[in-house]
Amino acid sequence: MLLIDNLTFRYPGDDRDLLHIPHWQVEAGEAIFLSAPSGSGKSTLINLLAGILTPQQGTIRLLDTLINQLSARRRDAFRARHIGMVFQQFNLIPYLSVMDNIRLASHFSALSAAEADKRASQLLDKLGLTEAEAGRKAGLLSVGQQQRVAIARALINEPELLLVDEPTSALDTAHRDRFIDLLMQQLVPARTSLIFVSHDTSLRSHFSRHVEIGALQHDAA
Amino acid sequence: MMLLKLACYSLGSRLGTVLLTVLMMSVSVFVLLSVENIRHQAKESFQQSVSDVDLIVGPRTGQINLLLYSIFHIGVPTHNLSWNSYRMLQQHQDVDWTIPLSLGDSHQGYRVVGTEQQLFAHFRYRADQALDFASGQAFNKTYDAVVGAEVASSLGYQAGDEIVLAHGIADTSFSRHDNHPFQISGILKPTGTPIDRSVFISLTGLEAMHADFPGADTAPNLTPQSVTAVMVGLKSKIKTFTLQREINQYAGEALQAILPGVALSSLWSMLGGVEQTLWVISLLVLLGALIGMVNVLLLSMRERQHELAVLRALGYRPGFLFALLQLEALLITVSSIIVALLALAAGDIWLRQWLLSQFGLFLSESLLQPGMAHLLMGIVLAAVVSALLPAINAYRQGLNLQLR
Ligand SMILES: Nc1ncnc2c1ncn2[C@@H]1O[C@H](COP(=O)(O)OP(=O)(O)OP(=O)(O)O)[C@@H](O)[C@H]1O
Ligand SMILES: [Mg+2]
Repeated sequence: MLLIDNLTFRYPGDDRDLLHIPHWQVEAGEAIFLSAPSGSGKSTLINLLAGILTPQQGTIRLLDTLINQLSARRRDAFRARHIGMVFQQFNLIPYLSVMDNIRLASHFSALSAAEADKRASQLLDKLGLTEAEAGRKAGLLSVGQQQRVAIARALINEPELLLVDEPTSALDTAHRDRFIDLLMQQLVPARTSLIFVSHDTSLRSHFSRHVEIGALQHDAA
Repeated sequence: MMLLKLACYSLGSRLGTVLLTVLMMSVSVFVLLSVENIRHQAKESFQQSVSDVDLIVGPRTGQINLLLYSIFHIGVPTHNLSWNSYRMLQQHQDVDWTIPLSLGDSHQGYRVVGTEQQLFAHFRYRADQALDFASGQAFNKTYDAVVGAEVASSLGYQAGDEIVLAHGIADTSFSRHDNHPFQISGILKPTGTPIDRSVFISLTGLEAMHADFPGADTAPNLTPQSVTAVMVGLKSKIKTFTLQREINQYAGEALQAILPGVALSSLWSMLGGVEQTLWVISLLVLLGALIGMVNVLLLSMRERQHELAVLRALGYRPGFLFALLQLEALLITVSSIIVALLALAAGDIWLRQWLLSQFGLFLSESLLQPGMAHLLMGIVLAAVVSALLPAINAYRQGLNLQLR
């Protein structure tokens, strides 16, 4: 599903590589917990996987597509169709309703608008958001609710890869565990791969595989 | 569709600043449209203050002076054209009609013009428009007067009222011809020309007033000695230049004949500086408003970084961000134009009345003209060009935006 070979990345102007990953493979349906200390390049890796950043060297093969060799236009289209993302915070556009936030993503789906809306309602329902909340402006929801809407939006186009970047740092422990459980429940078994990054290793019990970024950087993981 | 929705809601989320920007823009569009329109129509109104008169003849005082006396009833004529020369013109074989004009008196700040019945028969303004009476009729008796529309409305006159004329232009009481009140025989309809601001009496009446004795109706000789200028209509326009040359070389007296159209154009070009200044000022007002709009959009970019990042993460292209900013600028501009047009439509009648009463500027047509479409398109274009700045900014941010 995902195959990284010989990847190096540094920010322009830096004098050393931030990331160097000789080889890394993720199978379809795997739920991976990627832990690393703050500032070590987790968000950078997520941006590389999403095709927002491109590596200086090496290849990133996603679903048999070498995404780092696609044109910018095709990379954007690839991301829209195959990758879902949830960030640390600021996932939603505050002045749009919850539904409109999801429609921003389903705009790219093959489903008709009505079908996509139906799917969105089902997802929101499963994630514990009421219909009234679905009509509300996203900026008015609590942080936990916003993160749940972000999951719904990330999954609306049934992506093969879900990238989640420390979504729980603003939640308390109880909410955090609930959030991760909900997230795991929504994944289509054997189809959606999850890469969940965090510096908080206590979360690793929820996942099928735990990888430390330090291990990735040196030998094959 | 997504784009339009996003642009609308995004503007809606910043309603306060956006409304202020729209207000600023609509004021500038309003000023620009009004100035452009008034400029255009004033020129037309000016050019059309006389038509169908082939030549204006007077003493040699210069083309502009003669025009000011005869058409605009402005200025103090220093010397006149003798009655003999007037008779010569009247009887010339190529001449169809003549309208004599005699200036020198005033009434409450309005000029008194001594003339003859031919004025009402032959004078034309705009496209062949004759003078019409709103009430009453032309002067018949010696002490009859006809007043222009503005004189009647601002002084509250009606046909039948008596008025006292003053000698000279300054309306000081000791120069009034108190002995000879004139009676208003008729009031003219508005023309949008200096006619509206004049009082017309017969040449005989003018002489009688100056002859200074009551019952002048029966006085023996009221033939004028001279007139200020004469408007001449020819039997055939082909003779215009021949007659002009003939008059300019007339041996009996130093005369000058001018072509009204040519003289009006050269007078207007003398006034052109004012017109252009107005235009430049209104363009500067628009420029200020555009800078204001660009500023508002640019300032919003910082707080919208997350928003743009989210859009990029979902797969929207940097070009989409560019279009979003352009659309927002366009929405602001179009709303401003709509507000300005509504204000113009609402203020149309009021504004035209004000122009007429304050400046004697008569705008026959509504301030809302189809010709404005070009100007409006120009404004939209200017807005699109100015919005390139924030739009390119959004595009470039979109290229490097990192998601975290
Ligand atoms: N656009 C950029 N240009 C240059 N350096 C950057 C840029 N973005 C991040 N960095 C640097 O790269 C390093 C890794 O940043 P990154 O955001 O990937 O860390 P992280 O592991 O996600 O940290 P955190 O846990 O705090 O989110 C940091 O030292 C950061 O300063
Ligand atoms: Mg990070």
